[in-house]
Amino acid sequence: MKELLTGNYAVAEAVRLARVQLVAAYPITPQTPIYEKLSEMEMEGKLKGIMMRMESEHSAMAAVVAASLTGVRTFTATASQGIALMHEMLHFASGNRVPVVMCNVNRVIAIPWAFGSDQSDSLSQRDTGWLQFYCEDAQEACDTVIQAYRIAEQILLPIMVCIDGFFTSHFLEPIEIPDQASVDAFLPSFSLPTRFDIHNPAYIANVINADQYMQYRQRTFEDMEKARPVIKEVDREYREIIGRGYDMIETVNTDDAEIVLVTSGAMTSTARMAIQSLRDKGYKAGLLKMKAFRPFPTQEVQEALKDVPRVAVLDRNISIGKEGIWCQELKAALYPLERRPLVTGYIAGICGSDVSPEMIENMVTDALNRKESVELPVWVRRS
Amino acid sequence: MVIEQTEKEYMRSGHMGCPGCGVASTMRLVLKVLGEKTIVVIIPSCAAVISAAYPNSVMDVPSFHSALEIAAPTAAGIANALKIRGEEDTTVLAFAGDGGTFDIGLQSLSAAAARNDNFIYVCLDNEAYMNTGIQSSSATPENAWTMTTPAGRQGRKKQFMQIIAAHRIPYAATAAMGYPLDLMEKVKKAKSIKGTKFIHTLAPCPTGWKMPEDLTARSTMLAVETKLFPLYEIIDGTQYRITHESQGLPVEEYLKIQGRYRQLNEEQIRKMQREVDENWEQLEGKIKVCM
Repeated sequence: MKELLTGNYAVAEAVRLARVQLVAAYPITPQTPIYEKLSEMEMEGKLKGIMMRMESEHSAMAAVVAASLTGVRTFTATASQGIALMHEMLHFASGNRVPVVMCNVNRVIAIPWAFGSDQSDSLSQRDTGWLQFYCEDAQEACDTVIQAYRIAEQILLPIMVCIDGFFTSHFLEPIEIPDQASVDAFLPSFSLPTRFDIHNPAYIANVINADQYMQYRQRTFEDMEKARPVIKEVDREYREIIGRGYDMIETVNTDDAEIVLVTSGAMTSTARMAIQSLRDKGYKAGLLKMKAFRPFPTQEVQEALKDVPRVAVLDRNISIGKEGIWCQELKAALYPLERRPLVTGYIAGICGSDVSPEMIENMVTDALNRKESVELPVWVRRS
Repeated sequence: MVIEQTEKEYMRSGHMGCPGCGVASTMRLVLKVLGEKTIVVIIPSCAAVISAAYPNSVMDVPSFHSALEIAAPTAAGIANALKIRGEEDTTVLAFAGDGGTFDIGLQSLSAAAARNDNFIYVCLDNEAYMNTGIQSSSATPENAWTMTTPAGRQGRKKQFMQIIAAHRIPYAATAAMGYPLDLMEKVKKAKSIKGTKFIHTLAPCPTGWKMPEDLTARSTMLAVETKLFPLYEIIDGTQYRITHESQGLPVEEYLKIQGRYRQLNEEQIRKMQREVDENWEQLEGKIKVCM
């Protein structure tokens, strides 16, 4: 049965269904309703375990890392300044190899102060060793949080599930909430051993030498690589049990495409309309939706774009001094190809500013007409 | 006097502290009381150096080297997870220095205390950032020399027990390694109480205090007997109790054995004595109010 829910509430439902044992959180716009909903569930007895009401995101991450090391399933959520404050602890989570799952509700980072959606907050945490998934809508957010526990607990790395602030987080959508029995079948009871064994004491996160450190980093890198087949297998099983699934990327009409638009997050839904409209007008346009950011789906992207002459990348983020972050990553992924497509980056929707289907159509036709690559991104704002 | 203690040491030999380290001795005494069922949180500090580098460790209980500003929420996270797992008979202990407690870790400790999370927090106060090589902290006493206060620190030592008392946690106490029985009794008491327990220990650093390494215990005894560092406990943030009657020796007795106070003139010493007397009067006032 479908329920009308916001993305934030859909995430909270997923946390409940995953039988999370410890939540530690701090409120921040637009993540706050997740925290509130979980508190309500705790009061009603629907969420078992312990909820820690923290004084900062830094401490919230400290608490979930520590609890996870002690062998319990944990969750936290944040956004914007909160994830920036957490930065040190994000490294701590991946370095300690804990399967923490976190929802980040994408919002701009100050300064200037503002509140709209923007992926710079989480994308700038690219190198912290977390897996990152970007969801198009509330349904995907709910399903991805549940999937995230299976993946994280298997590879022992933390996972960040990102949704767009105010769009996905606050819009009401009809959502199919999986039933508990199905989720239990997909996500059996947790058996991560405690890293604190009083009968066999060990010192966790001890000081090590340079060679050991490098070895450790390499091992973590290799384990993130091992996540690729795990992500696919977990998705396949989820499809089997729950009936829905999402790959690391999704392609629409890319096979014969002369141009492919690359998107992520909530703008993908608008892009679907724009691409259909362009097809109706006779353009051979396709869509590539990016879901996984870390690990980066390099092979999947190469496969999807190897015969495509032109690519337009839509970024709701900006790396000052370079270009949109998805665009950089995409260019790097395509570099090994013999016939590389012409890639043009577009910056749009910064701080949740409007991105209409017409604007996206204009981007695609602009990219289609380009003869050579441009170094700098094209800024697209409603005039 | 015989110290009641377990046969087993939970801090083994081979620590990497300097000779005469007050932090190492204090850690040993605390762990001796808490015993096997203990999980220790350590943060970047001398305690982290003392506990040795991989693959060695002097800790014979599960330990975790967390980040500098989060000794308290790390301990709280472990304590809550133990509760979920039904292992509440295990004590969670956080060791932090004066910097990790008085300065960078204050907000997270304050919040954990306000939540009354269930752990023991032992502040190993050596009155400066000794791990990075003797730089001033807000626990550094007025006039004390450090590498960042070469003329002596301006500004007085933060009265941390008053801050902790204001949280009304079930148990807080001061302790010093020169009085091991008193210290161990307090740790034992803290272990028996649920909620946040805070023990402020004076843990001298012979290197940073510029004194011979065999004076560590004696220097804490002089700090206590001059009433500069009185030994007391606070129940529920309101009930004060002195656990050792100080002799009231002149504060100069304590100052003169330490090179970090070498530049002090007589006026400064008199001023420090006045401050010690005032602090003592305030403490006595609280005790009288409680009685």
